[in-house]
Amino acid sequence: MSSQATPAAPPAPASGPDSAYVRIRDVSKKFGGITAVDHVSLDIRRGEIFCLLGGSGSGKTTLLRMLAGFETPTAGTIEIDGQDLSRVPPYERPVNMMFQSYALFPHMSVERNVAFGLEQEHLGRDAIRRQVGEILEIVKMSGYGARKPHQLSGGQRQRVALARALVKRPKLLLLDEPLAALDRKLREHTQFELLNIQQRLGVTFIVVTHDQEEAMTLGTRLGVMNRGCIVQVGTPSDIYESPASRFVADFIGSVNMFEGQVYANGADGLCIRSADLGCTVRAERAAGCPRGATVWAAIRPEKIQIARAAAGTAAAPAENLVAGTVREIAYMGDTSIYLVRLDSGSMLRVTLPNVLRGAEGPIAREERVWLSWHGSSPVVLTE
Amino acid sequence: MKPRGLLSRIALALGLVFLYVPIISMIVFSFNNSRLVTVWDAAHSPTLKWYGVLLHNEQILTAAWLSIRIALTAASAAVVLGTLAGVALARFGAYRGRMLLAGMVTAPIVMPEVITGLSLLLLFVALGQLIGWPKGVGAVTIALAHITFCMAYVTVVVQSRLAGFDESLEEAAMDLGARPLKVFFRITLPLILPAIASGWLLAFTLSWDDLVITQFVAGPGSSTLPMVVFSKVRFGVTPDVNALATILVLLVATGIAISSLWMRYQQRRRERDLQLAAAANL
Repeated sequence: MSSQATPAAPPAPASGPDSAYVRIRDVSKKFGGITAVDHVSLDIRRGEIFCLLGGSGSGKTTLLRMLAGFETPTAGTIEIDGQDLSRVPPYERPVNMMFQSYALFPHMSVERNVAFGLEQEHLGRDAIRRQVGEILEIVKMSGYGARKPHQLSGGQRQRVALARALVKRPKLLLLDEPLAALDRKLREHTQFELLNIQQRLGVTFIVVTHDQEEAMTLGTRLGVMNRGCIVQVGTPSDIYESPASRFVADFIGSVNMFEGQVYANGADGLCIRSADLGCTVRAERAAGCPRGATVWAAIRPEKIQIARAAAGTAAAPAENLVAGTVREIAYMGDTSIYLVRLDSGSMLRVTLPNVLRGAEGPIAREERVWLSWHGSSPVVLTE
Repeated sequence: MKPRGLLSRIALALGLVFLYVPIISMIVFSFNNSRLVTVWDAAHSPTLKWYGVLLHNEQILTAAWLSIRIALTAASAAVVLGTLAGVALARFGAYRGRMLLAGMVTAPIVMPEVITGLSLLLLFVALGQLIGWPKGVGAVTIALAHITFCMAYVTVVVQSRLAGFDESLEEAAMDLGARPLKVFFRITLPLILPAIASGWLLAFTLSWDDLVITQFVAGPGSSTLPMVVFSKVRFGVTPDVNALATILVLLVATGIAISSLWMRYQQRRRERDLQLAAAANL
């Protein structure tokens, strides 16, 4: 019955490496009067790791549950590899899921847990044993087949959950906050291992997470969700360096954002005058914007230089240069965060790497400094 | 827990005295030789006389056997029905009539037994007249009545167990290709088995010692053990009732001891496993 049972069919013409493998079309989900997912359309390519990133209540989990089949869309369709799955029950979908809690069956051994999915396809006992052995090998849990889930550590449980979800070779693997339950050291390690396994098996992954770091390192592409809508889709660097809206800029990483008015719109960029910032921002890489329009200039803290004296001669009216007083310094080891109060009264956040060990004459609190940034750094946002 | 200080020692002693002195005095008097329950015959006690009398009391033996059969039937049937109701209440989400079911299922717990008994009797009589079944009152109607109120307790136990466990286990099984019925038998049922077992034991004891409802729906020749004991006591307590009660206390105490030892063993094993898992943290 399950289409997973059939051996890998020759790829349909519509599913080349670049075209959509998972096609989400105008999908909405309402619970009572609340819209959890609002007209989402999304294309996911074969073999990629797509991360759905959003805060709690953004609808990312509901979207994932619709892909798994636990929820039925109120409107719209979900296609995987050319097959419409919107009304197919979860037990007939070529999709498997790794749950946030791992959801390992506590009354079954590791082996029985992993074999459960294959047993539903009525495979022979030898075939099941062979496939279970193979997948446990891949997740490096070979010696643990006879253990019960409560006899495993958190990291081991995560591997078993992954093996159980992968053993049926699904067309699509859904991962719900895959690393959330692990401690920090283990997360980093597991992250790379997950990438490794994904590349080895070539399964398409959709990962749901609220952790931007997890999303950036895992995902080939990210989809940022807010209030049930996808607000931006792109590669991790697209999203970080060219956020499409203030929400995205603020959600991913930290950012300094200042409201201002466009007063010049030339070939060498957009000039924005900001009273909040107390200087002129010239953004070289910005789409055209009508003069007089209210926009927001977003500058990442690590793209700002800090110096005791103003750079260059201050002959021309200062652009991308502003003075202030250091109010707080947070030493993080690899970097330090400086909170600088500008003369306009606003606060600016600057991150600097601690390149030298015990550098002489470090910038101290209450010191007067000049802040500057390159013309390519500011992102101009209109919404 | 160690009793600390004088006050808690006194509290412990008082508690034990209140709980166990009545039972102990009953056990002691079951070995009394005297025909009069309250007079200790020091010359000829202790004796096992009343236990011998008990063994030859046809009425008590018949009633005990009937009680056991009814309790077994009622507990088993109540477990099946109660589990189904518990699953329906805990897992099927919101549906029409859910509130009604929840209310009706737990009604026997809060309803006075007299009312439950009376309404069941009326139902049985009416049914007998309408469709010719059940034919009069007796063992069958007692069992039916017991199933009715035992089921309520099983439902509550199963429902609370289901509410406490992760629904994603069932979703995971479905995600791996198991149909809903299979999910129930392979995942849900094994996981709520402890709750079902304790529900069965609860139902068995409730059925075993029920008197009020039973008296409404019992007929001639279908006296359960509690009914026999009660009717004997009405004509004055005889020492063989003490002996009977002692045997029952002994049975119950053994059962509780075994189950608590088993639970402690399970607990220790789980703690050891958790420590091993933590030590092997990768």
